[in-house]
Amino acid sequence: MINTPGIRPYLQAAPLALVFALFFLIPLALTVVVSFWDYNEYEIIPDFTGQNYVEIFEGCVDSLPDLCVTLKTYLSTLKFCFLVWAITLLTGFTVAYFLAFHVRSLGMQIVLFLICTIPFWTSNVIRMISWIPLLGRNGLVNDALLALGLVDEPQEWLLFSDFSVVLAFVHLYTLFMIVPIFNSMMRIDRALLEAAYDAGASGFQTLVEVVIPLCKPGIAIGSIFVVTIVMGDFVTIGVMGGQQIASIGKVIQVEMSYLQFPAAAANAVILLAVVLMIIYGLTRIVDIRKEL
Amino acid sequence: MGMSTGSEIALKGLTKRYGQVVAVRAIDLAIPAGSYCCLLGPSGCGKTSTLRMIAGHESVSDGEVVIGSAVVNSAPPARRPTAMMFQSYALFPHLSCVDNVAFSLKMRGEPRASRRARAMELLDLVHMADYAERLPTQLSGGQQQRVALARALITNPGVLLLDEPLSALDPFLRVRMRGELKRLQRELGITFVHVTHSQEEAMALADLVVVMNDGRIEQAGPAREIYNRPATEFVARFIGGHNILRAAIERVDEGVATLATEGDARYTLRGIAAPIGETVDFAVRADRIRLRPEGDVAGFGNVMPAMVRAVEYQGALVLIELDAPGAAEFSVTLAERAFDESPFQVGDSVMATWEAEDAHVLATSR
Repeated sequence: MINTPGIRPYLQAAPLALVFALFFLIPLALTVVVSFWDYNEYEIIPDFTGQNYVEIFEGCVDSLPDLCVTLKTYLSTLKFCFLVWAITLLTGFTVAYFLAFHVRSLGMQIVLFLICTIPFWTSNVIRMISWIPLLGRNGLVNDALLALGLVDEPQEWLLFSDFSVVLAFVHLYTLFMIVPIFNSMMRIDRALLEAAYDAGASGFQTLVEVVIPLCKPGIAIGSIFVVTIVMGDFVTIGVMGGQQIASIGKVIQVEMSYLQFPAAAANAVILLAVVLMIIYGLTRIVDIRKEL
Repeated sequence: MGMSTGSEIALKGLTKRYGQVVAVRAIDLAIPAGSYCCLLGPSGCGKTSTLRMIAGHESVSDGEVVIGSAVVNSAPPARRPTAMMFQSYALFPHLSCVDNVAFSLKMRGEPRASRRARAMELLDLVHMADYAERLPTQLSGGQQQRVALARALITNPGVLLLDEPLSALDPFLRVRMRGELKRLQRELGITFVHVTHSQEEAMALADLVVVMNDGRIEQAGPAREIYNRPATEFVARFIGGHNILRAAIERVDEGVATLATEGDARYTLRGIAAPIGETVDFAVRADRIRLRPEGDVAGFGNVMPAMVRAVEYQGALVLIELDAPGAAEFSVTLAERAFDESPFQVGDSVMATWEAEDAHVLATSR
């Protein structure tokens, strides 16, 4: 039996391979296939045409330096992506640092960690919608600002704006940054911090020279979570942007609702390529395998 | 490289409390400049807390740490003329050897070229220059230790503090690195304070062995003094090689005391200060005891009848454990040749004999 492994290892790997194929490989392959199909108002037609891709970028080169709709949409999505990434990274790193290095007892760490997960006890949509009575024209924040005399009239930029979209994203996804960074931090041998202190490093120098470099894998994993979620999002941008802000996810959703599946699929493939490029860039900077 | 000079260390009534627990109990110790000092004791005896207070990684609850002529109680580690080598070496895993060694110079803002040049000198000193660009994970334990040493030495410290530096190495390497440490200490002329729980390590290295137990110093002195005249029962047991017996002082003639055990055996001992009638513990060196066949004992100083319980061959030595009246453990080490001349088997009745000079009285451990 030792000399002839035979079929056993394959059987052992089969369940995961099946799940992987069923829920990941086949849908992905279908999306790619459909993106090359043709369609009209009534039906989608099996074909092999690059038309869908051409239409997405139609006029983009001619109209330069003005940006076409597709490029504008990508730029807007990337802008949200960058803003949300930067803010969740800063917040997530700070919270993780506090949890990992300032909270000494394991019990307290667990309690505070659970508190961080409270937003996840309810649905995504409810969490978003609950911002509306807070930030709206007659919402709590505007009422408070008016009552305090800080502003003369209700602030419009609080809701259905870039601000509210970013706020909701940060609210929803900071935890995805906290968890991997915290995990990285807990793996840092505390003797290293003492060694840095012994070598005369200030708190800030220890942070920059020791803690941040050793947290890079966690930062990269958290960044992948946040970037992929924000790049593909259409619900949050829809609800918090008052259906007025464009995003790639939104474009795909609209095309789907008009049953233009091949066009949606082509857009999805391009989006996938963009996200993969971002992740490839991240993994070039940081070796995340160390963390897995 | 420039020779640094060692700093002397004085601990005065040094105390460390963790809440209700007292880890170090008002110890006094003077470590001469340029000496190799080993803090020796079982885990939890306070040796590491003492080291960390000298280093500045642990606050002092009471008393003083004086290095050179300055009280350094409140100075951070970098403001003390000390450098610490950590137990697990604590090399920065994301930095190459040369960057690890240059770390403290980088923290001081020294330019890259000069700090790396200095780091290379230190790596050369510990024979690691060829590995300068490797990451710590690509090195063996012994190599990591050399890099950690170089890192600690780069600031020209007057005192190098080593926390169980050899415990992570395999026994072979441990003996080799021990020699390296001693060589470096001699060459650099700085004070080494080395925490260990291995009496063998302490005796091989230290000019000054400090045996600690329960937060106190049991005995401090040169290794030979500790081994030849352990002051307390704890020291005698901890350093090994001693048998401990208990007896009451019966009489003292011209400096030679006669003691009587509960089993009514008589032993003689020199240099006793306790009053007649007092019960004392005394230690007999295992390597000074001779074994003779039963009966043939006329004219020997101290004689103890016993039975051979076990014989253990250890190479150059043979360890013989005896069942003896009044001693839970009693062992004798004989040179292999001496054993071969009159070998004993398990179960043989023997007479263990020793001279009055080879036994001495112990103070009771507090």
